[in-house]
Amino acid sequence: MPFYSAAIMTKNCHNDYKMKFSDVEEFPDLSLHNNHMAKVLTKDMYKKLRSKSTPSGFTLDDCTQTGVDNPGHPFIMTVGCVAGDEECYEVFKDMFDPIISDRHGGYKPTDKHKTDLNFENLKGGDDLDPAYVLSSRVRTGRSIKGYTLPPHNSRGERRMVEKLSIEALATLDGEFKGKYYPLNGMTDAEQDQLIADHFLFDKPVSPLLLSAGMARDWPDARGIWHNDAKSFLVWVNEEDHLRVISMEKGGNMKEVFRRFCVGLQKIEAVFKKHNHGFMWNEHLGYVLTCPSNLGTGLRGGVHVKLPKLSTHAKFEEILTRLRLQKRGTGGVDTASVGGIFDISNADRLGSSEVQQVQMVVDGVKLMVEMEKKLEKGEAIDGMIPAQK
Amino acid sequence: MPFGNTHNVLKLKCASSEEYPDLSQHNNHMAKILTPAIYERLRSKQTPSGFTLDDVIQTGIDNPGHPFIMTVGCVAGDEETYEVFKELLDPIIEDRHGGYKPTDKHKTDLSPDNLKGGDDLDPNYVISSRVRTGRSIRGFCLPPHCSRGERRGVEKMSVEALDSLSGDLKGKYYALKNMTDAEQQQLIDDHFLFDKPVSPLLLASGMARDWPDGRGIWHNDTKTFLVWVNEEDHLRVISMQKGGNMKEVFNRFCTGLTKIETLFKDKGTSFMWNEHLGYVLTCPSNLGTGLRAGVHVKIPNMSKHAKFEEVLKRLRLQKRGTGGVGTAAVGGTFDISNADRLGFSEVELVQMVVDGVKLLVEMEKKLEKGQSIDDLMPAQK
Repeated sequence: MPFYSAAIMTKNCHNDYKMKFSDVEEFPDLSLHNNHMAKVLTKDMYKKLRSKSTPSGFTLDDCTQTGVDNPGHPFIMTVGCVAGDEECYEVFKDMFDPIISDRHGGYKPTDKHKTDLNFENLKGGDDLDPAYVLSSRVRTGRSIKGYTLPPHNSRGERRMVEKLSIEALATLDGEFKGKYYPLNGMTDAEQDQLIADHFLFDKPVSPLLLSAGMARDWPDARGIWHNDAKSFLVWVNEEDHLRVISMEKGGNMKEVFRRFCVGLQKIEAVFKKHNHGFMWNEHLGYVLTCPSNLGTGLRGGVHVKLPKLSTHAKFEEILTRLRLQKRGTGGVDTASVGGIFDISNADRLGSSEVQQVQMVVDGVKLMVEMEKKLEKGEAIDGMIPAQK
Repeated sequence: MPFGNTHNVLKLKCASSEEYPDLSQHNNHMAKILTPAIYERLRSKQTPSGFTLDDVIQTGIDNPGHPFIMTVGCVAGDEETYEVFKELLDPIIEDRHGGYKPTDKHKTDLSPDNLKGGDDLDPNYVISSRVRTGRSIRGFCLPPHCSRGERRGVEKMSVEALDSLSGDLKGKYYALKNMTDAEQQQLIDDHFLFDKPVSPLLLASGMARDWPDGRGIWHNDTKTFLVWVNEEDHLRVISMQKGGNMKEVFNRFCTGLTKIETLFKDKGTSFMWNEHLGYVLTCPSNLGTGLRAGVHVKIPNMSKHAKFEEVLKRLRLQKRGTGGVGTAAVGGTFDISNADRLGFSEVELVQMVVDGVKLLVEMEKKLEKGQSIDDLMPAQK
């Protein structure tokens, strides 16, 4: 039974109240801003969309508040808007479509996204050199249909998402058998262990997330589930309803991806049985809080030692051509340490899970070869790849 | 979400017990008062502008407590909040403001001539004197809830009013968003510049939205009268100067405030005020006078005395570090101000500060000479 029906339009009292001010009076000052929302949101668009509200009451101002409050970021071009529920992407289409196009390589409103979680379609990926590839990881997000998203949900909704998630995860067995640790009520020992395992997520401090309202009521209904082998991890109610992570030391991305796909599909089956499938449609793929994570929501990456390649003049160019991105080993917006980089797929929407992980596997393999060449003092010019 | 928690009707589909916040780790006024029964009765309500119970209390849920101060844990989004959510706010007001009852009347007195003395605090000890208050402009939502259009409307009206001040109150407005570097540096040097809030108490209630849009600082040419626009309240009005002449500071404060209020009235509006709550402000702790009158005073000996806290309590004063609320004292210099806001008039509160600080300085002088202060201990005011 969905939490709310899309047919019900709740009266949006505060938004109606704001309508007594003209659109010029309400339009945000974006003159110092550099994010996707600020590039796309014109006065005309604001005028057209400001009176609208999704069935659950999310408005244009709610979508854009984070982008208004956070003009830009030194390292990354931020999106500057979030969804509060599944309907946002439809009700505020005029704004989201161009942002999606801008962010996802020209993806058009008429394009269809392909989902492929069949791990057997991945070629290779089991032989990345562990002398260079320290660890491999694949993550994605999932939203549970019928509930509003983290920027908007109430405590009751968030708790229901947690309850459903715990029930679903508790049915997993074999390699997926595991345990849930709610943030609220963890023992000190459990907390220390989760920190030592690098599993614990903390209350967001990034103003990007705080401005969007995702930290409300912390730590109520937030928690971490992981399997006994500590290779499959689920975060509940952080930036999305669910974040699903498969990981292990070394370079066997094939195994990481297999576990990822199998685990995800098992979880999805349980949710579907309870009539709470994941938010998905054939245009946007999996629907998540941040437009940057639409499609697969997948980030498949490795921590890899590339001290020489990373200082090579063509490093950025190579990454661009391979459709990969680099981050520091602390994750998004951190710096790299000791020549070790987090290398992952840049794309999310318009290519499938298998395709994206394939790009990581092939791309990292090539970069390790280049690193080895550079170690020997050889040139890598002949190895520069074509644009994927 | 505090700035648009508009899906209140939808939330009613969840049972009250499912929505009731977990306050088990909490220690603020809201958490002490908000029972599941009160939550159930109030959660379906909203003010005419759409502010709901969850909006009122979000800051208190997100901030369980503070090491130095008992926080209020809730805010108002508009004038009607105090009426619609009376059942929650009345007990909080009573708890916070020394037993102030829902039937009590608050007295406003901004006649500076009613203050006795206050022009002779010893400047060797009293380094500076300051009086501040807040004002809300009737007809606009408050900082946790106001839209950009409203905030800009408040700014526009305020700047127009302030621009018409003259004489020693003549001054200039500096909008935060288009200050020059030189102007900014000067305001920092003068200790006038306010920055985007970093306190999670304020952030959680939505007061920093759209920063720095619609925010600014106005001050007179002599830098003794300062107005903050759209920080934690629509207006914060501050009168200050070096030394101990609190009488002059209060004079200027009352004169300036009254002039500004007249200008607003000429524009067809007024400050939010009623005979029960006095001046209506964002935080329930600032109701009544919204007034904090204080001095920076050197009392290194007194502050280490075993009876320091007791003396302050009896004088109805509070201490803070010289960085303001939530900071520590430096070098024996304390910020001493009135503890009360509601139930006493402006004149009465400033009188308590003037009389109390005078006494504290006398005590300090005695202690310097190695004498006892036992016979100077005041009765409970």
